Amino acid sequence: MNWLTEHKLPLGDTMETFVNWLIDVASFFFDFISVTLETLIFSMVDGLEWMNPFAVVACVLALVWWLHRSLGIMIFVAASFMLIMNLGYWQETLQTLVLVITATTISVLVGVPIGIAAAHRPMLYTVLRPILDLMQTIPTFVYLIPTLILFGLGYVPGLISTIIFAIAAPIRLTYLGISKVPNELREAGLAFGCTKAKLLYKVELPAAMPSIMAGVTQCIMLSLSMVVIAALVGADGLGKPVIRALNTVNISQGFEAGVAIVLVAIMLDRICKTPSSKAEG
Amino acid sequence: MPMVQIENLDIVFGNQKLESLRLLDKGMSRAEILARTGDVIGVQDATISVEEGEICVLMGLSGSGKSTLLRAVNGLNKVARGRCLVKDGERMIDMAKCDENTLRHMRTNRVSMVFQSFALMPWMTVLENVAFGLEMQGMGKKEREERANKQLKMVGLYDWRDKKPDELSGGMRQRVGLARAFVMDSDILLMDEPFSALDPLIRSQLQDELIELQKRLKKTIIFVSHDLDEALKIGSKIAIMESARIIQEDVPEQIVLNPATEYVEKFVAHTNPLNVLRGNALMTPLDQVAQLDDLYHVSEHLSLNIQAGVLKEALSHGQNIALSKWDDSMDIENMPENTIVVVPVDISMRDAVEIRYQTKQPIVLQENGQCVGVLGDHQFYHALLGKHFSRAS
Repeated sequence: MNWLTEHKLPLGDTMETFVNWLIDVASFFFDFISVTLETLIFSMVDGLEWMNPFAVVACVLALVWWLHRSLGIMIFVAASFMLIMNLGYWQETLQTLVLVITATTISVLVGVPIGIAAAHRPMLYTVLRPILDLMQTIPTFVYLIPTLILFGLGYVPGLISTIIFAIAAPIRLTYLGISKVPNELREAGLAFGCTKAKLLYKVELPAAMPSIMAGVTQCIMLSLSMVVIAALVGADGLGKPVIRALNTVNISQGFEAGVAIVLVAIMLDRICKTPSSKAEG
Repeated sequence: MPMVQIENLDIVFGNQKLESLRLLDKGMSRAEILARTGDVIGVQDATISVEEGEICVLMGLSGSGKSTLLRAVNGLNKVARGRCLVKDGERMIDMAKCDENTLRHMRTNRVSMVFQSFALMPWMTVLENVAFGLEMQGMGKKEREERANKQLKMVGLYDWRDKKPDELSGGMRQRVGLARAFVMDSDILLMDEPFSALDPLIRSQLQDELIELQKRLKKTIIFVSHDLDEALKIGSKIAIMESARIIQEDVPEQIVLNPATEYVEKFVAHTNPLNVLRGNALMTPLDQVAQLDDLYHVSEHLSLNIQAGVLKEALSHGQNIALSKWDDSMDIENMPENTIVVVPVDISMRDAVEIRYQTKQPIVLQENGQCVGVLGDHQFYHALLGKHFSRAS
């Protein structure tokens, strides 16, 4: 037993050296990403905050109507926003929404092409799978530390951690959707003269669309679940009051912020779930 | 010049094609090659040519390589060796060796395909599905929808054009599949068991529709089927495949009359000969009928007086009975009872049996005005029991 503990493998130290090395050689790169993303998020939040809250709600309601034509969801969304405003979390809700939407957009923009590539190259997926598993199973706090060092305090480390956590969903479900496209549909596409690109855009992607959309919805939910953790590294939003309430053992504040998060989650879920065929086309 | 000409074609699925081909040439079986290289021989040494306007049916059990061979014609399956020539204008394009652009040109303009499980895009409307190939041709939206609408009217689905495929019944879906292939206006149609997934009534209805369409459009069709009855009904030529090889290629009647192997014989034994066989294959030739002077004794009670090839009188139980003639244009139901009918020698078995049923007497067959043979119950039973193709005899 002794010799095992005496010769401790320098796993942690190696990682630390690696991160330090990254800072040395590429700090400008990380700064650049940090500044760009932060500017993007701040301008979006500022823009939304500048608007009249009711105008924002009206825009969301219009979107719901266009996607679902459902009065029920519209009433629910309107009531939820009213309650959030009443509780005084309007600003935090906007910040959270911006964070979630940015994280999801980046995850989808990066994840869907990776999923497509993986579906077309079985070898790539074999390599990718353990990495995706790792990204989803490593406790988020563990990679919060290096992202915090690399990107500094604020929105960006929260955003990056959220993306690392959430990007697996669109990759996996895009991969699944594309590999489950019936071979006959592919053959039909080819038999009627599709090029490789047309086969992807006209056959594979539309056929995989339900699966990809499920990936997007999942990605949104995973992003939202990171809100509180992102607040730990300084990302504004609904996570902040939760952390503050935790630190001051403030039951009422914690409960109210929690209710706001749940409402945002249900709204996003209802808005994203099974968009009507019109939206797909 | 044939429309499609396949010469010594081998198709191998796997990673060691060269080695597999070498083993194939050494005479190893499919199973041995699978064990040695892990490759599957899809088609072995297939040679067949299909003329313009012909319906060539590739027939065999599943796994016999018929669909694999079909898919070589539009390049969906890679050819390991041999040539697969398809006519394009005055040229013959080798689908095994042509480049991407030629392949696309052939697929969009020369060869269309109909699939077993329809392969309609579930997110597109019926109209969009039919117009899919035209869209790939690069045709504008308005023109392609106009042509697709016209085609939909032809298959009787115009009112369904805005529905999604899953709102349609199986038979309707395959009509959409047919419309999608026909709208391309290509001369060659590949049909991969298009009617197998349908229930029997709809299947036979669509077969009839295809035969009607073919009469007007005169396409060159390669049709895959595992059902010999279907093959016999629609095929002008049948190629039977067994474990990757074509083992017999002939016109339908010859397949039924002279099966090349036991395998083919088994297929034939389960078919209905009524639709396939003709009088000349069934009859007992006149010179084999017991003869005394000018009287041919067809049975104990019936003798025919035939002089210089012309039927003069018929005696049943010593009594003279009526004579009559029949050809394709006449109604069978009105044939009088107890009459000896003279019919063309190529009468279908179904018609012959029906005439026998109406007249209750044997039938005399004639060719160029000369009586050549007789058809009675014995010959019908013989054919129905499949005894006419006993290879042993």
